[in-house]
Amino acid sequence: MTNHWVDIRNADLIIVMGGNPAEAHPVGFRWVMEAREHNDARLVVVDPRFNRTAAVADDYAEIRTGTDIAFLGGLIHYLIENDRIQRDYVRAYTDASLIVSPEFGFEDGLFTGYDADSGEYDKASWQYEYDDEGHARRDASLEHPRCVFQLMRRHYSRYTLDVVNSVCGTPREKIQRVWDAIAETAAPDKTMTFLYALGWTQHSIGSQIIRTAAIVQLLLGNMGMRGGGVNALRGHSNIQGLTDLGLLSNLLPGYLTLPRSDEQDYEEYILERARPPLVPDEVSYWRHYERFHVSLMKAWFGAAAREENDWCYDWLPKLGTPIYDILHTFERMHQGEVNGYICQGFNPLAAFPHKAKITASLSRLKFLVVIDPLRTETAEFWKNHGDYHDVDPAEIDTEVFRLPTTCFAEEDGTIVNSSRWLQWFWAAAPPPGEARADTAIMAGIFLRLQQLYREEGGAFADPLLNLHWPYRRPDEPSPEELAREYNGWALEDVRDEERNLVIRAGEQVEDFGMLRADGSTACGCWLFAGCWTEGGNQMVRRDNSDPYGTGQTLGWAWSWPANRRILYNRASARPDGTPWAPGKAVVWWNGQRWVGNDVPDFPPTSAPDDGQAPFIMNQTGRGQLFARDRMNEGPFPEHYEPFETPIANNPLHPDNPLAKHNPGARVFERDRENFGTFEEFPHAATSYRLTEHFHYWTMHNRLNAIAQPEKFVEIGASLAEELGIAKGDRVRVSSKRGYIEAVAVVTKRIRPLQVAGQTVHQVGIPLHWGFLGETKKSYLTNTLTPSVGDANTQTPEYKSFLVRVEKL
Amino acid sequence: MRGDQINLQNVIARSATQEPSPQERSGGVERVTKLIDVSRCIGCKACQVACAEWNDLRDEVGNNEGVYDNPLDLTPDTWQVMRFDEHEDEQGNLEWLIRKDNCMHCAEPGCLEACPAPGAIVQYANGIVDFNSEHCIGCGYCVSGCPFDVPRISKKDHKAYKCTLCSDRVFHGLEPACVKSCPTGSIMFGTREEMLDLAETRTSFLKGRGFDNAGVYNPEGVDGTHVIYVLQHADRPGLYSHLPEDPRISPLVDAWKGVTKPLASVAIGISALTGFVHYVTAGPKEHGEEDEAAVREDDAREREREERP
Amino acid sequence: MTLRVTRRQFFKLGAAGMATSSMAMMGFAPEPAVASIRHFKLTGAKITRSNCTYCSVGCGVLLYSRGDAAINVVDDIYHVEGDPDHPVSRGSLCPKGAGLLDYIQSDSRLRYPQVREPGSDEWRRISWDEAFDRIARHMKDDRDANFVTDDEDGNSVNRWTTTGMLAASASTNETAYLTHKVVRSLGMVAFDNQARV
Repeated sequence: MTNHWVDIRNADLIIVMGGNPAEAHPVGFRWVMEAREHNDARLVVVDPRFNRTAAVADDYAEIRTGTDIAFLGGLIHYLIENDRIQRDYVRAYTDASLIVSPEFGFEDGLFTGYDADSGEYDKASWQYEYDDEGHARRDASLEHPRCVFQLMRRHYSRYTLDVVNSVCGTPREKIQRVWDAIAETAAPDKTMTFLYALGWTQHSIGSQIIRTAAIVQLLLGNMGMRGGGVNALRGHSNIQGLTDLGLLSNLLPGYLTLPRSDEQDYEEYILERARPPLVPDEVSYWRHYERFHVSLMKAWFGAAAREENDWCYDWLPKLGTPIYDILHTFERMHQGEVNGYICQGFNPLAAFPHKAKITASLSRLKFLVVIDPLRTETAEFWKNHGDYHDVDPAEIDTEVFRLPTTCFAEEDGTIVNSSRWLQWFWAAAPPPGEARADTAIMAGIFLRLQQLYREEGGAFADPLLNLHWPYRRPDEPSPEELAREYNGWALEDVRDEERNLVIRAGEQVEDFGMLRADGSTACGCWLFAGCWTEGGNQMVRRDNSDPYGTGQTLGWAWSWPANRRILYNRASARPDGTPWAPGKAVVWWNGQRWVGNDVPDFPPTSAPDDGQAPFIMNQTGRGQLFARDRMNEGPFPEHYEPFETPIANNPLHPDNPLAKHNPGARVFERDRENFGTFEEFPHAATSYRLTEHFHYWTMHNRLNAIAQPEKFVEIGASLAEELGIAKGDRVRVSSKRGYIEAVAVVTKRIRPLQVAGQTVHQVGIPLHWGFLGETKKSYLTNTLTPSVGDANTQTPEYKSFLVRVEKL
Repeated sequence: MRGDQINLQNVIARSATQEPSPQERSGGVERVTKLIDVSRCIGCKACQVACAEWNDLRDEVGNNEGVYDNPLDLTPDTWQVMRFDEHEDEQGNLEWLIRKDNCMHCAEPGCLEACPAPGAIVQYANGIVDFNSEHCIGCGYCVSGCPFDVPRISKKDHKAYKCTLCSDRVFHGLEPACVKSCPTGSIMFGTREEMLDLAETRTSFLKGRGFDNAGVYNPEGVDGTHVIYVLQHADRPGLYSHLPEDPRISPLVDAWKGVTKPLASVAIGISALTGFVHYVTAGPKEHGEEDEAAVREDDAREREREERP
Repeated sequence: MTLRVTRRQFFKLGAAGMATSSMAMMGFAPEPAVASIRHFKLTGAKITRSNCTYCSVGCGVLLYSRGDAAINVVDDIYHVEGDPDHPVSRGSLCPKGAGLLDYIQSDSRLRYPQVREPGSDEWRRISWDEAFDRIARHMKDDRDANFVTDDEDGNSVNRWTTTGMLAASASTNETAYLTHKVVRSLGMVAFDNQARV
């Protein structure tokens, strides 16, 4: 979240799109209810289903799954053409005035530089026009035909109300009603918040949907404001933390990135990332990249990381393909190129798309290690569970280990919620049987490996033999030791440019500003610097007072970065440093420095007259309406159809088959054979969570099993009538990849849509239930979903695919 | 026995008992009320789960019957359920009305009036109507006495069960488990006065959002309830899974009371004792027409309940 | 006293009902007709502050356990409810949070390391030592056989692609940090967590 849960109460309008917080985040949703009651806010839900969030909303608009860019692109068009944007904000705080290279273009659904054979773009033209200093040219009047504002205006001019209506299937008057409500928040004293979750990310165009929302918020001046922002509600309890700590194939902690194979030179690796400002004198905070990187290498490799060996640069694996994401890994596993796999609290058989492919892939492994508190389908993928999972154990040669681990109630540590708060919690009881903490299990495996390498030697052993392992109990590093390590500490006395002592050797760093690129500091995750200082563990703090009445509770736990609660909060004030509106004030200039009810997200003494812009992590200092080369399918979001679409073509580009689906999506040729067509599978399906369950865990809990005991699918009343299905009937739902059977919930809450001149029925398939646990045994929903991913995140398209529903 | 430790002076009514409870130390006990604002309910069932967890109840794992509701109905192990109704108005606007259904803790409790087992049902000064299972004889009279169809008889021990409004928590200064868990503030708890005020505030809010018929459900027929609803359509409580328009204690109970009232006299008491001895030695008397009708009515209710989705 | 009387039977027993009432009136009640409120089950419990690890709201929870961690006791969690001090949740919990007890105590919790041998149809309990030894052996054999130090273009790449790992987005930062550190020291790249999906 750019903002945080309690801040939702400061909003005047809450748009829930691509999320369903009443079901997936009910307690966080409380702050939506508070905004309605105490801030006279309106709640609007745009979703394929009238869900439990819609049940308490002020307005609801139905939409075809996977068409949110069209809906929001139309909104951008409407806001610009009717001058319902916050002009001062747009001019000062976005890149609207920057001029784009004349090489850049967009034609019939494709941006310049597309190579149809590789399915990739050459992004060279996706740049601003630069002067000799390397700074982007600007036109403050926003009139230049190639300034970002005019290009964007032209790009979305195609997204008229009629087009949006035809693509999304949302009735015209509802679209207009929602757009009007949103447009109201262009006023400086009004804010709207977008609440979204996996309903936006799990599309082949997921990242660009979110970018479209960000553009809307920038146009309305809602970023950095109380009650504003683009707020990812996120799915799991520490998915934020694991992202921050970089547990993704291409990342290192703190959003540092692994080098590519062709980045052989350390200096070049750093230069590529320590990016200079593109507008004179902007902060461009990433220019400190090397401080964070070197401090990480010191935390990991200790004394072995030296300037002479480029801080062990050679020890970092170099990526041979842009990303070894899960679709890529399972494609390789399916082809027999992967021998071992470790699942730590992850249930891929249930959670990944195209279950048949996952089963076949796991069967080709030599060994599989599952570390989990619970029985999982993955650990038992070799076992026959009848119709629900029909395999022959005798034919599966995978050696499977199942290691029992603690659950949250049996361990100390922190998780990062979607507000970015690191909250410490404590164990209440010992784990069952011989279960051990995950840290002890990782240490146990690692120490054995280390021992084997010491005894036998082996491939490239230096990194693992020299891994910094200072833990008092090597086989069980404590959470306290690990937390202190990712906070960071000084290895030598650190001095500033005037030789004043900043921090003594051995002390914990207070913030990431103390980190150095000369090897004098170590830090496991620069973003978390400040969480465990010389003042102790900041994450245990429990002062819930709210002296400003803004909901920031700065004394509760610790929020990254630097205990800041609202990101980009400099933008809550006008360029002159006064708040846009008293009721929305976060930080302001008091004549000497930035002060306020939150930690300023800005250099504290950078005066308004200096003119630095608020988005300090960006090279332009500005909110990026134009993404340059940072997105893989284009600088402006464009609507593309889901890979399994219920209509014949992309209504925006009916004559260009290359622009039917996302041209940059993650898709493997062999998976294309497993995509169905609407002729065979006419119903548009989407999968989702229910409030009574959490994925495939709570089916092991009697209380939750009672509350929602058996797999069902939701079918609109009119489709049900067409197919002769009554509520409670059993139905079969098939896709090109398999079928499931479940009970039919027939509902008025899913209405047929008129899309591009035809009727589209949508079918809702909750993702819960499997063949283990306390609930009724069932098929796994991901039997049905396709193996295709977003162009930037590679997140599979769980939310839009095609099925056929039949009565059993 | 366990109940002995409770301050008896908090009991203001006790089933099938004539002797008054101690009343001198009546100060300091406020009537409490649980408010359920249906317009804020997301049907998440947190209350349902929290209720079962707190009260150590684990019902059977059921089936899906084509609706979100589960368990489908109250049982001896499920003391509250969420009931989901899809309501389309004349303009085609859809509302998903979700009502938490549980004991209403009536000011004039039909169950208590009907109960023949001394002390099996009590009403505390704070308004909570509680089943005192040790004394329950499983007769089911509370079921027919309840205008809201709440109590359920266990097949395991032949005793009646229902929501206690977490009397154990409330007597220790806590709110009921369902109230505490509620993520949206749909369920609120406090003194009766505070809740009635809050209900008015919530009603005005709803009227401001276009629900002209919003209102409070606190039915007079049972002298008000200690569980009250805020409804978007207070003029049509039936929309909410057949919430009764004008609940009253079943005439059967009045008939029953008509018979028992004279028992205040010792003479009749003695004759009844004689009757009891006669029953024990010679079996039951013939029942009257009135009772026969009551049985039929009760059976009909039961059938209706079973047929409900 | 437990009378096994069905409801229908009872309707037939009007007089008996009367008798019970009047007997109580005359002091013949089978048991004292007093109120019985359930014993308050949290008295004396140890309370531990924690966080729910289902969704990303991060609600504060209070874990109530029997036992005070004295040397002669094995503590046992028997109730979970919301932490009213928590600024986001303020004591509330959703149905998943409210049901956490049944997760902690679930029959599906794993208690011992186990192995399923190739082609076998069953789990076999093993010791931690055996588990660690066998897993480390597998990993080392695969790593030594397939580690790539240089790619076709002669670049030094030092990566291991034939064993992968999925980390858990419900694990703690401390687990995640240690896991990441170990995984990269081995050169592993096929490494993701739920944030990828």
